[in-house]
Amino acid sequence: MGSLLRIVGQRLALGFLTLVVVSFVIFVAVNAMPGDFAQAILGQGYTEEAGDAIRKEVGLDKPYFVRYFSWLGAALQGDFGTSFAQASFTAYAGTGTGSGLGTVAAQLAPRFENTMFLATVAATIAVPVSLVLGLLAALYRNTIFDRVVNIFTLSSISSPEFFMAYILILLLAVLNPLLPSLSNIFDGMSFADRLNRTLLPALTLTLIVTAHMMRMTRAAIINLLASPYIEMARLKGISPMRVIVVHALPNALAPIINVVALNLAYLITGVVVVEVVFVYPGIGQLFVDAVKNRDIPVVQACCLIFAGAYILLNLTADVMSILSNPRLRHPK
Amino acid sequence: MTEFSRRGLLKTGAAASVLAATGMPAVAMAKRGGTLRLGLNGANSSDTWDGRTHSDAFMINSAHGCVFDCLTEVGADGTLKGELAESWEASADAKTWTFNLRKGVTFHNGKSFGADDVIESLEMHTAEGAKSAAKPIVAAITEMKKMGEHQIQFTLAAGNADFPFLLSDYHILMFPAGMIEEGIAKGIGTGLYSVVSFDPGVRFVGKRVEGHYKGDSAGFFDSVEYIAINDSTARMNALMTGQVDAVNRVDTKTEALLKANPNVAIFEVTGNQHFTFPMLTNNAPFDNVNVRKALKYGINRQEMVDKILQGHGAVGNDHPIGPANQYYASELPQLEYDLDKAKFYMKEAGLTEINVDLSASDAAFTGAVDAAQLYQSSAKGAGININVVQEPADGYWSNVWLKKPWCACYWSGRATEDWMFSTAYESGVPWNDSYWENARFQELLLSARAELDSAKRKEQYTEMQSLMSQEGGTIVPMYANYVDAASTKLANTGTIGNLWQMDSSRMAERWWFA
Repeated sequence: MGSLLRIVGQRLALGFLTLVVVSFVIFVAVNAMPGDFAQAILGQGYTEEAGDAIRKEVGLDKPYFVRYFSWLGAALQGDFGTSFAQASFTAYAGTGTGSGLGTVAAQLAPRFENTMFLATVAATIAVPVSLVLGLLAALYRNTIFDRVVNIFTLSSISSPEFFMAYILILLLAVLNPLLPSLSNIFDGMSFADRLNRTLLPALTLTLIVTAHMMRMTRAAIINLLASPYIEMARLKGISPMRVIVVHALPNALAPIINVVALNLAYLITGVVVVEVVFVYPGIGQLFVDAVKNRDIPVVQACCLIFAGAYILLNLTADVMSILSNPRLRHPK
Repeated sequence: MTEFSRRGLLKTGAAASVLAATGMPAVAMAKRGGTLRLGLNGANSSDTWDGRTHSDAFMINSAHGCVFDCLTEVGADGTLKGELAESWEASADAKTWTFNLRKGVTFHNGKSFGADDVIESLEMHTAEGAKSAAKPIVAAITEMKKMGEHQIQFTLAAGNADFPFLLSDYHILMFPAGMIEEGIAKGIGTGLYSVVSFDPGVRFVGKRVEGHYKGDSAGFFDSVEYIAINDSTARMNALMTGQVDAVNRVDTKTEALLKANPNVAIFEVTGNQHFTFPMLTNNAPFDNVNVRKALKYGINRQEMVDKILQGHGAVGNDHPIGPANQYYASELPQLEYDLDKAKFYMKEAGLTEINVDLSASDAAFTGAVDAAQLYQSSAKGAGININVVQEPADGYWSNVWLKKPWCACYWSGRATEDWMFSTAYESGVPWNDSYWENARFQELLLSARAELDSAKRKEQYTEMQSLMSQEGGTIVPMYANYVDAASTKLANTGTIGNLWQMDSSRMAERWWFA
């Protein structure tokens, strides 16, 4: 177990380093985009003078490196700063500053909660469905059922997300008004309401991630079915279902867990388009807003959340696959 | 009601209260009740109740249209009437204005409304560091004198006959004095609907104020729910599936689908919003008035309305005054597509061909690049060779507009002629995007500003529009309609405001569930 902890520690340290590198890459990328916050905010009203005033208010007048390292210094202490919009508003409005936006962290917190809620609902549907489909596809491999499942999941993963979203809206909201096409959840909504409004985006995400997990489950299990111990089990006269669930599945867990973790991370980071289409107030929507306005502190924080989700879920996957494999659990 | 002209009301605002009391006949049929749910674009997570910062549909509809009031209001039919002001009177030189405020009005927190609130709310716009879009309006006031609890006198730096009109601007909202910051933080106004909840960039919910001073003449919904839907497809979907009762900015590409839905009706008005191609008239060849004239006859305006706006607009006449302006000169000769005339003016200029670059990007307006290409092909026959330069959308307003000799641009228009002209066509102003300098125009601009006589003003503004149309350096190919859509369950008086989208942002006040 000691070695496992060491691995986790190492991976966390590496992950942390990755985040710093990511933040630098994002910073460079956002700055490389044409235009800046002042131009985006002022639009047609842009004049050198007004632009410079705004740049000064939000600190864009300082050199790149000074800006990056002062941001990094604060971020390392857990302070993600204030969004440009807020900083500029405070200066803009003169005395009145009652926007209640506060810091980037305060702005992100409720959005993050919403995004996690959506990801959780999607995962609750997607993971069991794809595992069961994968098992059944392995069990009835090369039958009509297997082909249909494959074709369906592969075509849904191959379509762009917004297209799947619109198809679902057409089928479930316009032609058969079962679910709302708007997912504008808000505080104080009952859980049932919230779930009802989250269902369409969650289903869209489910369609997007199912194929990957289902195909991996199927492949991992079929791969094992050729092993001698499976043949032994079959010779003992055990039912095919039991062979797969009890004998094959535990040994196929490592790759399946890996791909599940990867897809869970995608449920958090891949929501940008889905949130915009369904008007779901999560991080993705905020992220699109922030990129459009070149609001670097918000973009940075969003990217760090996305990167963090990937790193943590990958780490979890590795730990789980070590735990699921006795040989790795007890190295010689 | 027809005997009152909007201008006639200006000088003696007392008539305004008479108008407000009589009300529109159609309103008598209005029914109270229900929740108005609107899907609006233009929402940002940085939105606040501070009127100085408002610039897009979501906050203008929420603040100006629900929670807050101004001193004056432009009715759906274009007449100016009192909102928090009951009446007003000007001195002969239009420099001193006395406003009588409505009595018995209270803010949503119970504070009563009076002259102090007006003074403090106006001072917000000129406060140190404040960058209000309405600053020029308020900065023109040299003195604000409280004559009594409900009377206030403004002295202007120079006479301005439009002053009461300008006070209806959606930035100039009335906040409670002594608690401006709290008013901004919580949204405390005197409007028909008080704030129940506000989540910036996401949602606003308001509740009808009982015992409101507008009484039964306006505000027929029990509550309103405005939902931020910036994505246009999502907005159309929300209306189609009945999750909202109305949406703004109908996407003309999917308009046919909306029309096919029997539960949805499109409503559109031609306002002052217009698209332009300004030339820097201090640059060759645009400094030559005959070249400008040749270019004016080389453009097919109707084709642009049909193809770029899909018919949702009207042809322009190379001046920035639109049908929502009171002195819009509809009788001016319309500039037509006429290549012979274009050739004639080229001959006058001593040219057989004109070679010019036209910079365009969809940042200027949707379809700007296509519009430039249409222009290119329509002008070709006269020997005018337009080279369309496609510019990047990012930084368009800082790198192209006002910099490149000829480019595409748009204006949402202004409520008054003077405001529009002095924003973009007055000699020496920073946004004079055609470097338009004309002595006669400038003279008329100054004299019309302080002219209280409506007939004389009409003459002056007509001459100014004619000057721009004939010689100006800006091509105005078209006015773009405000195209919105609503559920057929909603009803209105039949007159829809054209100052802004969504019945001039006042659907919550003027519409009801039939």
